[in-house]
Amino acid sequence: MMLEVDGLNAFYGEQQALFGIAFALDDGRVRTLLGANGAGKTTVLRALSGMVRTEGDIRFEGKRISGWATEDIVRLGIAHVPDGRGTFLRVTVEENLQLGAITRNDRAGITADIERVYSHFPRLKERRGQQAGTLSGGEQQMLAVGRGLMLQPRLMLLDEPSFGLAPRLVEELFEILRRVNEEMGVAMLIVEQNAALALELAEHAYLLETGRIVMDGPAAVIGADESIRRAYLGY
Amino acid sequence: MQLLLQQVIAGLANGAIYALMALAVVMIFLAIDHLNFAQGEMATFSAFVAWQLIAWGTPYWVAFIAVVILSFIGGVAIERIMFKPLHNASILSQLVAFIALFSILNSGDGYLWDYTIKTFPTPFGTSPFFGSVLIGSHQAGMIAVTAVLLVFLYLFFRGTRLGLAMRAAAHNPESARLVGIRVGWMTALGWGIAAAIGAIAGMLIAPIVFLDPNMMFGVLLYGFAGAVLGGLTSPGGAVLGGFAVGVIENIAGTFIPYFGRDLKLTIALLVIVAVLMVRPTGLFGRTAVSRV
Repeated sequence: MMLEVDGLNAFYGEQQALFGIAFALDDGRVRTLLGANGAGKTTVLRALSGMVRTEGDIRFEGKRISGWATEDIVRLGIAHVPDGRGTFLRVTVEENLQLGAITRNDRAGITADIERVYSHFPRLKERRGQQAGTLSGGEQQMLAVGRGLMLQPRLMLLDEPSFGLAPRLVEELFEILRRVNEEMGVAMLIVEQNAALALELAEHAYLLETGRIVMDGPAAVIGADESIRRAYLGY
Repeated sequence: MQLLLQQVIAGLANGAIYALMALAVVMIFLAIDHLNFAQGEMATFSAFVAWQLIAWGTPYWVAFIAVVILSFIGGVAIERIMFKPLHNASILSQLVAFIALFSILNSGDGYLWDYTIKTFPTPFGTSPFFGSVLIGSHQAGMIAVTAVLLVFLYLFFRGTRLGLAMRAAAHNPESARLVGIRVGWMTALGWGIAAAIGAIAGMLIAPIVFLDPNMMFGVLLYGFAGAVLGGLTSPGGAVLGGFAVGVIENIAGTFIPYFGRDLKLTIALLVIVAVLMVRPTGLFGRTAVSRV
């Protein structure tokens, strides 16, 4: 198992946000966390990246990483693309991509990877010299994903990648994520409001409610179950 | 007309020092959101160390480089030892820490080197610059060293990966951690660079104001004025603000009757108050926006 989570509690100050979360993710696989607003999906990703106080066990490739500093977790090859995008608004598009690779030292590889990101997202290439703050919401989301890819990640944590994107762009983005997963073998854990799309990409889904996993199963089964869809996924 | 030109150029020379102090203040402000009230005392301490090295017979430029390096290390050490543990402390605790640092350095200077005023050597000489009546050679040297330093810093922050990482850490610490930048160390590095910049400012201004433990008090005030004028969030703006304050100070001191030399320091405060009233973010600053 690449990622194993067991008995994970998370806290914002005194407020407990996650209760005994347990799940696992295999090398190169895609899984999704679904649930209503406030169910704790984002908190799971933040816990994995060491951005909130946690109890319990998080293992990545056999190493126990619970309690580690965010920057050390990232250096293991875990790229977290946060919601609200988290791009660096005051530096250029290209500098954002370079920042994604700031922990790497292979100059030639970085240059090649920037070109690869540009080939995924040609619009970013057109805007390479612009400050990221001048991009549209959709372009910033692409930049955030592109920046995550620059880490050459083993695992990507994607928080609402479709948020604020026009439907056509959402499909484009998910197609790119599928290619990244298939061609580069990057494992992904996706948090999504757009459950239908996430279930298409993922092979397995977890349903969260008030900080607990209440159900999980193969994506096809979860997506086909009409009562689950109505109760949890809202479509 | 010549008097005006002379005062503008002399103002630029002093302004160079204010610009450096403003830049040092902004470097730390961007990293930790606080004004470093001890910036002037750090610079004075550095100038004393340089004075001591030169008194022991070290050649000027060797002492200069050594002090810049030592100040950088000292700045990093101050952050690691004193301010890193206070990272999440209340604003008042941090303020007290700055005051403590101020007093420690100020009385440290006095204890080690006593409070008598000392002359400080200049490598540029004091003769008029190439026979010019406009500017002395030390003033010209101040402007030149400042210009070289500013170009160097610009290239560092715009052209290197470390400079890019420092900018990213200052602008968006959370995202910086998510790309693996060690934000705490970037803050320490910011302190080191600020201390080194301050050391250069201190060594350049000391031949003019003479060396004593309170040498930088007024200078730092002008530096603050420059930083506020240009914008505390804009390094380039702070530099321009520092130069502007130097020129304003000199011209007002010369041409406004009764103001004279005695009330020059007041001008720095007037600039701060006026800017805060009209444009609180400074000429080039940005309004802080936080996502909630």
